[in-house]
Amino acid sequence: MFALVDGNNFYVSCERVFRPSLEGVPVVVLSNNDGCAIARSNEAKALGIKMGHPWHQIRHLEEVAGLVALSANFALYGDMSDRMMSLAAGLGPTQEIYSIDESFIGLDGVRGDLKARAVAIRSRIHRWVGIPCGVGIAPTKTLAKLANHIAKTAERKPGSYPECHAQVCDLSKASPEEFEALLSATEVGDVWGVGRKIGAALTEAGVRTAWDLARMDPAVAKRRWSVVLERTVRELQGVPCVGLEDHPEPKKQIACTRSFGRSVEAFEPLSEAVSEFASRAAEKLRAQGSVASEVLVFIRTSPFRKDPQYSRSMVVPMRRPSSDTSAIVGAALLGLRAIYKPGFRMAKAGVMLMDIQPSSLEQFELDLGDGDAASEASRVRLMTALDAVNGRWGRGTVKVGSAKVGEAPRDWSMRQDRRTPAYTTEWSDMPVARA
Amino acid sequence: MKINSISSELRLGGAAQAFSSSLLLPELKATVRAGFPSPAEDLGAKRIDLAERLVKHPQATFLIRARGDSMKEAGIFDGDVLIVDRAVQPRSGHVVIAVVDGEFVCKTLSMRAGRMKLKAANPGFPDVVPKEGQTVEVWGVVLHAIKSMPA
Repeated sequence: MFALVDGNNFYVSCERVFRPSLEGVPVVVLSNNDGCAIARSNEAKALGIKMGHPWHQIRHLEEVAGLVALSANFALYGDMSDRMMSLAAGLGPTQEIYSIDESFIGLDGVRGDLKARAVAIRSRIHRWVGIPCGVGIAPTKTLAKLANHIAKTAERKPGSYPECHAQVCDLSKASPEEFEALLSATEVGDVWGVGRKIGAALTEAGVRTAWDLARMDPAVAKRRWSVVLERTVRELQGVPCVGLEDHPEPKKQIACTRSFGRSVEAFEPLSEAVSEFASRAAEKLRAQGSVASEVLVFIRTSPFRKDPQYSRSMVVPMRRPSSDTSAIVGAALLGLRAIYKPGFRMAKAGVMLMDIQPSSLEQFELDLGDGDAASEASRVRLMTALDAVNGRWGRGTVKVGSAKVGEAPRDWSMRQDRRTPAYTTEWSDMPVARA
Repeated sequence: MKINSISSELRLGGAAQAFSSSLLLPELKATVRAGFPSPAEDLGAKRIDLAERLVKHPQATFLIRARGDSMKEAGIFDGDVLIVDRAVQPRSGHVVIAVVDGEFVCKTLSMRAGRMKLKAANPGFPDVVPKEGQTVEVWGVVLHAIKSMPA
């Protein structure tokens, strides 16, 4: 059994914790360089603003609809994510952090009323951290993701699904009739792992809802479509096929995280693990032709041991958006050095890449004399060669020397005119209360 | 945490300690894993860790700076850093951070006969009494105030 805990409109919710005046107001968070919307409040969604909507196309809404646009504040989001994730971990014995605002919790062996437990954790996250979440519970990950979709949509759009499923939806407790009704009310394109293209093709073929897809013969799905879709169909039928850390990439970030088989205390093995996660994340980034401009690294102890607890994360901005393995590993290690503390048995570590954009949008800067711009072309060739070698001879054949710590990233002059202060990570940026 | 401000410290080395939550590292560390336990373990002689003392719920704890003189008699002065815990259930008499008209306000919470009031701790300042239809939300409970002395 799985639960998916997901922060609602996460970036906007983080901003609202420290600027309560944004409550009830349409808010969007813009990508670095204030290019396009990467998070929207419900009010902004109601205005018709889409994910990835270019800023210049929605700018007029500031005047006419009171839209508030903020530059992304990844230092803040990283810290709030860390707080939320460590509370979500209390739901069950295993946790897999899927992206900055989503994590799967393995519920095997958890006794009692799962829904009541999820409601309690959800309300704790809301009260303690200030982030509203949706929780979906189901026997497979694909169904848990679907349950989460139902929980969030039922809350946001009354009437879309029965109200009793708002905020927390437990599909494992639904009667067969109710299960059918819920899946029939869900478009096939909203099913996890069904991309836009396949979604359109399925609709064309008469498979319009999640229920239609769930009734498909897995053999037909495999023959007519793909093994991936076959897996999705089986998952919808309640047969777990998606294992741990083996699933489609989230769109907004790339995450590489893992629980250690044995807890790790020393810096050396931790830095090796973090280097490996960062390298793998960079590889995935290049595979989809993107660059990232912020790297989040985290380490944490297990909440299910009696050990002293420690959990820390840090967002390291890159000097400029990049998909270069050594730049990303360097940033991750720099972050690790800053958050590492001896004397704790770390159970989990991870690297997340954020503010991902297509590499075609990559902004080059003037050569400031450090030779970076000049060597850009050769770096791209180096990375292409690296991926080719690793693709042919197996992952990790050629690695970036992890002993080398990349240069400290300096601020690349980014446009972030609308960024809120780093409320929780900078002493000088602390929020102010009128006394 | 922004990297720019700390990169110089990183180059100087020893930065890892500067960012950990606890201020001091444990002095004693037992390395004996088998046989008799190290006697030092039982004594638990560990330097006092301020963060551990002052922060009960790390995920729910935030720092907020006080601006103004309305809480002087409660010991909160202009510029003090408040340690605010959102996990603590607010009760009458607690010093709280409340949201009034979209802004953070630090006052003493007072609940009397089901009516809520935010009381100033300085005779020169008015209390905040929610008007009809005005919502005042308690954001967190102030557990400690840090003041810095000129030195």
